[in-house]
Amino acid sequence: MKIKIPPQINRLVLLFILVTGLFLIVRQFLIPDTFGDLGHYRAASLEDNSDIPLNFAGGAACFDCHEDIFDLKEQDLHSGLSCETCHGPGQAHVNSMEASDIFIPTGREYCGRCHDKNAARPTDYVMQVDVSTHNEGLDCNECHNAHQPWELLR
Amino acid sequence: MGTTKIRTNRREFLRSTATAAGGLFTFFWLQPTKAFILVSREEGVTEGPWYGIGIDIEKCIGCGKCAAACKDENDVPKDPFFFRNWVEQYTVKKDGSVVIESPNGGMDGFTQSVPDDQVFKSFFVPKMCNHCQTSPCVQVCPIGATYDSPEGVVLVDEESCMGCRYCVQACPYGCRYIHPKKNVVDKCTLCYHRIKKDLIPACFEVCPTGARIFGDLNDKNSELIRFLGEKNVQVLKAHLNTGSKLYYHSLSMEVL
Amino acid sequence: MEQHIQHLYEMLSQVEGFIYPNELELQWGILIVIYPYITGLVAGAFILASLERVFNVKVLKPTYELALLTALAFLLVAALPLVSHLARPGRAFRIMITPNTHSAMAIFGFVYSWYLMAVLLLEIWFDYRKSFVVWSRERKGIMKWVYKILTLGVMDISPKAIEWDRKIGYFITVIGIPSAFLLHGYVGFIFGSIKANPWWSTVLMPIIFLFSAMVSGIALVLVIYMAVSYIRRQAIDMKALDAIARYLFFMLILDFTLESLDQIHRFYEAEESFEILSLLVSGRLYLTLIVFQVILGTLIPLVALGTLQLYKPREKIRKALYLSVSVLVLIGIFFMRWNVVIGGQLFSKSFRGFTSFKLGLVGSEGVLMGIVWIVLPFIILAFLLWFLPPWKKAEDDI
Repeated sequence: MKIKIPPQINRLVLLFILVTGLFLIVRQFLIPDTFGDLGHYRAASLEDNSDIPLNFAGGAACFDCHEDIFDLKEQDLHSGLSCETCHGPGQAHVNSMEASDIFIPTGREYCGRCHDKNAARPTDYVMQVDVSTHNEGLDCNECHNAHQPWELLR
Repeated sequence: MGTTKIRTNRREFLRSTATAAGGLFTFFWLQPTKAFILVSREEGVTEGPWYGIGIDIEKCIGCGKCAAACKDENDVPKDPFFFRNWVEQYTVKKDGSVVIESPNGGMDGFTQSVPDDQVFKSFFVPKMCNHCQTSPCVQVCPIGATYDSPEGVVLVDEESCMGCRYCVQACPYGCRYIHPKKNVVDKCTLCYHRIKKDLIPACFEVCPTGARIFGDLNDKNSELIRFLGEKNVQVLKAHLNTGSKLYYHSLSMEVL
Repeated sequence: MEQHIQHLYEMLSQVEGFIYPNELELQWGILIVIYPYITGLVAGAFILASLERVFNVKVLKPTYELALLTALAFLLVAALPLVSHLARPGRAFRIMITPNTHSAMAIFGFVYSWYLMAVLLLEIWFDYRKSFVVWSRERKGIMKWVYKILTLGVMDISPKAIEWDRKIGYFITVIGIPSAFLLHGYVGFIFGSIKANPWWSTVLMPIIFLFSAMVSGIALVLVIYMAVSYIRRQAIDMKALDAIARYLFFMLILDFTLESLDQIHRFYEAEESFEILSLLVSGRLYLTLIVFQVILGTLIPLVALGTLQLYKPREKIRKALYLSVSVLVLIGIFFMRWNVVIGGQLFSKSFRGFTSFKLGLVGSEGVLMGIVWIVLPFIILAFLLWFLPPWKKAEDDI
């Protein structure tokens, strides 16, 4: 028995094949190059994410030029701190070797960031003082060398 | 008659329970259950590091340097609405209420707001992207613009992201946001650009007390594995089964 | 951008309790309320049309083409608020190029294309094909060619060909019903599958979305039928109108039951998120949820329609009641979407606080733009009714 396919179906199937075919072809051109290499993502994005300039140099970078301060720091309670904890991002300074490119902390407020008395601060991990009353008027640096904080200067 | 019946019933009961217990025991012995806390890597992937994070609440002093350093390292706008990384302060008052604060995300440090005589308990909790193993954010991205890198770091493909914000909705920890200038999703990248150069992420670099531990979950000798072995650890929203790789020690129940 | 940042500082003062720092600004605004509203109208209007075709509900015949064209008009607009809300609209095409099969949202491009082309346009084509052929012969000038192209060259209008049209059209409608469910159901799943958000995460979400979609679609067709009949100064077929209102009533009961079930379940289990969600409903969401969605949008229509099932007043009163009830329902369902989308973002995922939502007037996410998206389908519908007038179709032999 011969089944005659109505012309509507013919025409529509043709249209469907055309549209789908066109879509699949265009799609191939639009898929990014490295897509799917490692998973459902553009693998080149890994490089995009690693190709970013550093702002923090990392603790070891300071050692090469500032070994003396480093040794000083290692003898006292600030030994566990990275230089950049207080001095901020150091990569600019490493690149230019200019003293103006690194931050030198001053002021009671700055040290108070860690050392101000706070009920939430564990006492066994940080010495705390009431910054508003502790030796008022004096800058922290006048009594404490930040690299050797317990070797009091006064 | 009553006594005999009970004895038989009890025997039956004990027998069936023992069989069931024995069967279960054997089943679980033969098939170790995947531990809730320690997630396992994808089958077959054995090479290379697989990064995780440890945070010790007992050591966090709330200096907020981690939050500030992240913004410095990754050029995140300094306004207090976009954080890859922030610190929260919890104060449980003597009347039982809980005050939670995160002024500027903790970027500028904290000052005590609740007077000492009302404080029952207080602590700091640093938060960041948990780099989940079965991350809900990766699951919902419609176009594959966010993904899990081979090192276990959840990253965003800034070239592809169309900013539909579905991933922002899906993250249970509130780690994602739309970058106001780039107009794509932004989040903690575990300083991918640093760890690829064998440095550590900026927030771990500047932590003064070693409250933050960055490490390779595959390295049996890493500080992180030691941390997980020695301490009582917990992840946030464990019931959501996100496979979070951010393990907290000493996380109190007030933290959600 | 500076203005935007300034606006964010202002919003900080509106925060109640504690929220995560990134949660200040809502990610999904009015455009994401409008999108499910529009696709819901599409699905609902289509289902009503399908009732006539598949289930042979002859009394709805006068509204068949009207419902189909309404669905088309709204579907054409549906994608627009969605694309315009993206932070990077130019990249929207990626959803068709690299869809992530794990993501419910990735379905959008495909289900939308499928529904538009394989279901709606095809069904309209099969229904109008004879008319296209006849109009292409009757008209002159450019319209002659337009209709000729629309016939796709299939000019046979013999009884056998017409029979094929009817058969295939029927088949398409049958496929169309689950397709309509998918078109709108997936939106419900988008919300329902987010485990991070307890206001959204429920198994019932796709079902609730679907039933409220059908309610809104039926109400829309009712309003449009009355409006078009009024504009054309044609008498309304009261049997059809009564039937539509009856379907509206029963669908509204089902929708209300499902939504109540969701809330009762949440109330009863009272798990971790219950406290913050109760505060949400009794506080920031009170007006839009309790007043607009429940009382105005559901309860009053239910009582009115229920009464009308038992007691049928004069035609004029019935028409007025049907119209006002439908408008109330349409507003109520809009706010249902609002309460889901906006409500789910007002509370913090820390369960400890709330942020606020400020709806601006201008801008791509403003009220004016929202009105544009809602009005635009009506303009398109007016065009479609001129282009494909249901009442001027070539004689059908039913």
